[in-house]
Amino acid sequence: MGGYILKRLVSAVPVLFGITVIVFLIMSLIPGDPATAILGSYATPENVEKLNRDLGLDKPMVQRYFIWLGNMLTGDFGRSFSLNRPVIDVVLERFNATMILAGTSFVLCSILGILAGVVSATRQYGLADKAITFVVLIGISVPSFFLGMMLILLFAVNLRWLPVSGMYAIYGGGDLPDLIRHLIMPALALAAVATGVIARLSRSAMLEVLRQDYVRTARANGVSERRVIMGHALRVAMVSIFPVLGIQAGFVLSGAVYVEIVFQWPGVGRMLVDAILTRDLLLVQGGVVFVAACYVLFNIAVDVAQCLLDPRIKT
Amino acid sequence: MKYMHWTRRGLFLAAAGAVALISGLSERATAQTPPGVLIVGQVAEPKSLDPAAVTAVNDFRILVNVYEGLTRYKSGTLEVEPALATGWDISEDGTEYTFTLRDGISFHDGTPFNAEAVKFNFDRMLDKNHPYHDTGPFPLSFFFGAVEATEVVDDMTVKFTLNAPYAPFLSNLAYPTGLIVSPAAVEAHRMDYGRNPVGTGPFRFAEWRANEAVVIERNDAYWGEAAGTQAVVFRPITDSNTRVAEMLAGGIDLMVEVPPTSLGQFSGEGFSIVEQAGPHVWFLILNAKEGPFADKRVRQAANYAINKEAIVNDVLEGTASVAAGPTPPAFAWAYNEELEPYPYDPEKAMALIAEAGADGAELTFYVTEGGSGMLDPVPMGTAIQADLQAVGFEVKIETYEWNTFLGEVNPGLEGKADMAEMAWMTNDPDTLPYLALRSEAWPEKGGFNSGYYANAKVDELLEAARTATDQDERARLYREMQAVVQEDAPWVFVANWKQNAVTSDRVENFGLEPSFLLHLQGVTKN
Repeated sequence: MGGYILKRLVSAVPVLFGITVIVFLIMSLIPGDPATAILGSYATPENVEKLNRDLGLDKPMVQRYFIWLGNMLTGDFGRSFSLNRPVIDVVLERFNATMILAGTSFVLCSILGILAGVVSATRQYGLADKAITFVVLIGISVPSFFLGMMLILLFAVNLRWLPVSGMYAIYGGGDLPDLIRHLIMPALALAAVATGVIARLSRSAMLEVLRQDYVRTARANGVSERRVIMGHALRVAMVSIFPVLGIQAGFVLSGAVYVEIVFQWPGVGRMLVDAILTRDLLLVQGGVVFVAACYVLFNIAVDVAQCLLDPRIKT
Repeated sequence: MKYMHWTRRGLFLAAAGAVALISGLSERATAQTPPGVLIVGQVAEPKSLDPAAVTAVNDFRILVNVYEGLTRYKSGTLEVEPALATGWDISEDGTEYTFTLRDGISFHDGTPFNAEAVKFNFDRMLDKNHPYHDTGPFPLSFFFGAVEATEVVDDMTVKFTLNAPYAPFLSNLAYPTGLIVSPAAVEAHRMDYGRNPVGTGPFRFAEWRANEAVVIERNDAYWGEAAGTQAVVFRPITDSNTRVAEMLAGGIDLMVEVPPTSLGQFSGEGFSIVEQAGPHVWFLILNAKEGPFADKRVRQAANYAINKEAIVNDVLEGTASVAAGPTPPAFAWAYNEELEPYPYDPEKAMALIAEAGADGAELTFYVTEGGSGMLDPVPMGTAIQADLQAVGFEVKIETYEWNTFLGEVNPGLEGKADMAEMAWMTNDPDTLPYLALRSEAWPEKGGFNSGYYANAKVDELLEAARTATDQDERARLYREMQAVVQEDAPWVFVANWKQNAVTSDRVENFGLEPSFLLHLQGVTKN
């Protein structure tokens, strides 16, 4: 197992290297430069040239890439042009907020999705199955930002049960109940689509397993229905559900961008959008590399967990 | 069956738990914002609170409450009045400005405000060898590019020597780039000064919670009238729909830049809408070097053909007024009241086009998706396209993202396009025409005259206005310039934006300024 983990980690290195090349190239090749973005109306060629020099952008592209890569290997992600703060500080601070949101959503969609899938499968074509399928299809079809706005209108503006946006109350907040209150709507909006996908998949995986002979044998032996489903069937179905969870984690993380904008959640997705619009090269590059690295590591973790769950998978 | 009981009970418990949780947690969500604390919904997170380092109006809105400059805009106008300076003398030739400073003022950190502090501020920005020049970059330092030297005459007198007469100097000092920072705080925080700002203003900086809020508190030692609120909280809420929802839900007391389509939601009880025309002009640059717009008659025809009333009232829902010429009316002292906007007259446009032989000409029109001061550029561009098609042009729109758009337009339209959208907000009537209408400001010479307009008379008037130190004389020159430019029609003059804001009925004494800055000193909240 240790060897397998090591092998996977080593194979991640070229992936990350490729990501640095791609993100650097994209940011260098898109039209518009940071100096023009910062200067706005006042971007005369003269002013742009001077500011580019101040920002260290007058060097050739290849040289800039290696300087950036070299610094990053020593842990120095550079300074954000627009925020004038170390990139790594900004990214970590924002990543923390994204993890709270995406993590909660991920747990929510995993539990709700699998639960809905199991209930659906055990009552195939029954009323519960139809109701769940209906709700799940709506969940999959409604874009998260639209759902988010509707939630805001209903629960924050009309009913005034929950705060509209942000992560903590401006005054008298900062504790866990305050965080949960702010988290409910964005987490639900973000979880909706993934819940639907997981529910559909869990349902078919469960149906497949429930038709197996050993399930019938277990039932014939008088094992309680609850144990048949939770103990015998779900455990096996999890092997095919698990990889989907890994993929959905990626969707939840990328979908967080929209939800963060609607709910003004101080996360990394919104930061990247702002950084792209202001051509804050180092912040975009550093942010993307950091998020990509986390995603790669998470996928390795899913694969490892998969191994532990199903010994048949070769390590 | 057992399993079914379990899920039903489980579901019931879960539902009951959720209801209890939401109702318990929501107790405080409905609580109103505290009295004496004004919560402002901003459009973005500030980049920095170092006035020398920022360029965005969004950041200026916070800065002007924490800092002061040597001069400031008189309330309700764009005219300059004393602030940290009590008065000034200008030498005969207009190159030496000597300021007398206000006595007995301290920065929020307790260090004294004096001539040394003023010198530190300008040297830091302008002198490459200054020990704190590396706390930049200072993108707008060219506002003071004419300053050759800053000298301490005595403790309370400071003298600026300019390399040439430059009349906008006084109003540039009132611009946020000229706000005075505490030298001691810059020395203490260096690169992080922008997050630890210290000024002399009616509010002192209290706290910056990244991506959540900037908090400023009343400065009890302020030399002028004390602020009306105990604290102001600036919350960045980028999405305009979310900002509207926060306002409706009572999460913020004041919001700026209300989308035109949302204004209706605030027309009822509990809110008031504030509007103020500002130094903004939205126009179309016409390519006067080549193609149909090289002919003055066709340029005038475009001005007649476009229904500006409809754009202002229907597309922008009344959040702007029709522009008459290159200078916004907000510069009341320099504005030519006699100018009337080109009326909407398609017949006349068609006659002019026929006369110039430009019927059916094909036009390439650069439109941007968004951008600072650009209002609603895509629907506006589409309306303009329809109006121009109606008088016989073939208009092809090319749409670009803002920074890409600037990269296309600023180097000049030659060989690429016949017209492009553009908007400017400035602090002095000199800035825009000087940078965008002189023949010396063609793109290859480093200016913004992307349509290659040239008129010797306009060049002469603008140069003269820049060096005249007498305000009445400057005003006369600007008025004449506006009349000439309107007749020549290098641009289609479309709209002057009215800045808007909404406050809850708990907020009193709030007003917007023509400078687009947000002075909150006098505001109170119950």
